[in-house]
Amino acid sequence: MVDLTINTDVARQILIGFIRSEVTRVGYARAVVGLSGGIDSALSFVLAVEALGAENVLAVRMPYKSSSPDSLEHAQTLIDQFKVQCETIEITDMVEPLFGRDPQISKQRKGNIMARSRMIILYDQSEAFKGLIIGTSNKTEILLGYTTMWGDMASALNPIGDLYKTQVCQLSRALGIPPVIIDKAPSADLWVGQTDEGELGFTYEEVDRLLYLLVDQRFSPQECVEEGFDEKFVNSVITRIRRNQFKRMMPPIAKLSNRTIGYDFLYLRDWGT
Amino acid sequence: MKLNLALAQIATKLGDVESNLEKHLDYIRQAKSQKADLLVFPELSLTGYVLQDLVATVAHRPTDDDPVFRHLLKASQDLDLVVGFVDEDSRHRFFIASAYLSGGKVLHVHHKVYLPTYGLFDEGRFFAWGDSVRSFDTRFGRVGLLICEDFWHASPPYLLWLDGADIMLFSSASPGRGLNDKEKLESARWVERVSKAYASMFTSFVAHCNRVGFEDGLLFWGGATVNDPNGELIVQGPYFEEALTFAELDLNQLRRTRARLPLLRDERTVLVQKELDRILSRG
Repeated sequence: MVDLTINTDVARQILIGFIRSEVTRVGYARAVVGLSGGIDSALSFVLAVEALGAENVLAVRMPYKSSSPDSLEHAQTLIDQFKVQCETIEITDMVEPLFGRDPQISKQRKGNIMARSRMIILYDQSEAFKGLIIGTSNKTEILLGYTTMWGDMASALNPIGDLYKTQVCQLSRALGIPPVIIDKAPSADLWVGQTDEGELGFTYEEVDRLLYLLVDQRFSPQECVEEGFDEKFVNSVITRIRRNQFKRMMPPIAKLSNRTIGYDFLYLRDWGT
Repeated sequence: MKLNLALAQIATKLGDVESNLEKHLDYIRQAKSQKADLLVFPELSLTGYVLQDLVATVAHRPTDDDPVFRHLLKASQDLDLVVGFVDEDSRHRFFIASAYLSGGKVLHVHHKVYLPTYGLFDEGRFFAWGDSVRSFDTRFGRVGLLICEDFWHASPPYLLWLDGADIMLFSSASPGRGLNDKEKLESARWVERVSKAYASMFTSFVAHCNRVGFEDGLLFWGGATVNDPNGELIVQGPYFEEALTFAELDLNQLRRTRARLPLLRDERTVLVQKELDRILSRG
């Protein structure tokens, strides 16, 4: 039996400590979180508030004209509940001129432009508020590459990147995030009616169990099939993980010298702190 | 005879030896004011753990004229110390090391003999492998030092036991991992289990001091422990936060336990040697 249950008290303690340590050790006291109204950003937001205090967290809402009104409202619920400062900056005026340049523009391209426009706003607010951006990508979407590179993946630190989506839900419940946010269908909300599970073609519960076996427990594909997973599903997930490795890495640098960044110039980010 | 043991589960600054030395001297003052006889710091307590290309720049020699050890040796006039550092030998090999300092002298230096180079660990890439496991005499009896992965293998504690150690001092920089539905991380449960097992099987005192704090996304979990020769937990430090944890070791317990349970007396070392010779010569 695959069991992804985590002890939420331990997770909470570690993740709060992580945010506090990684923000303060580089001389900052504040954080910025893009609040979409969805569960991932809600969790990162609440952890940041617990780590740094409500007065030190800026929530940023960045709706597009077709964004679901629920998204904005759910983000507002969190802002009211945790009493933090908020900025609401529409991206419509940023993205429309780019959309307008090509009548054939695909949903995929539009989604990427929107995700990267939000990144630009967050980094600007990071400078204005003097706060570090807290990441909101979970382990499931990072492994599947269900993200926009330099878009929603961009952050200064990511407290939830080692939690599968179902574990994000479990921890969110424990932290008092409103059920309406936890229970709604997960969506990137890049176009009307989009849902993660509709787009991916499987449920998070199903794929999390498979990822846990493949990644955490080091099961072979054949062993996953023996555990009852459909062979095509197993292979398609493995292919997705491999094809999206590039999104999880800095761009490779061509080696010329004896000492090259990324290969033999090796230091942690926390060097000297 | 009683030994007042103190375990300093500190967070360190990565690569900032001067700042870490200041913290050591501060903890030494605290431990001294609370009448500690011996104060143990974690693995690489003077340097931080994930050193990578910092190794050569943070290395020191445990000698009187070293700018770091000069202060620590002076402090060891008041109480015995175990500190973690990068030791550079005369031919410029770098070791993960622990030094036992007492009365202004270096009584022993242990070089880590097992360098984990798998999973999240990459020690074998940056460090030289130690090649000896020795117990040594102190004013509290015979002691052995091991560093983290050293005691994930059964043979180093066993060798220390046969070499006369009645007090085993383990230090680590153990990153927390293996979160599941349990109250403790898997890495913490594993280390606590084997520490207790060594104390029980070797009817000895086993103390463990693990560091705390983050290095990038790695959290070191702390949770210092001392187990007595009956395998009973005497004291446990908190998880995840800095602490100075004290334990009074009643060294007479060694005699009482071993009178009841003569595992050391009955250990058949010649049998072990004979079978090891056979096993190792087979291939």
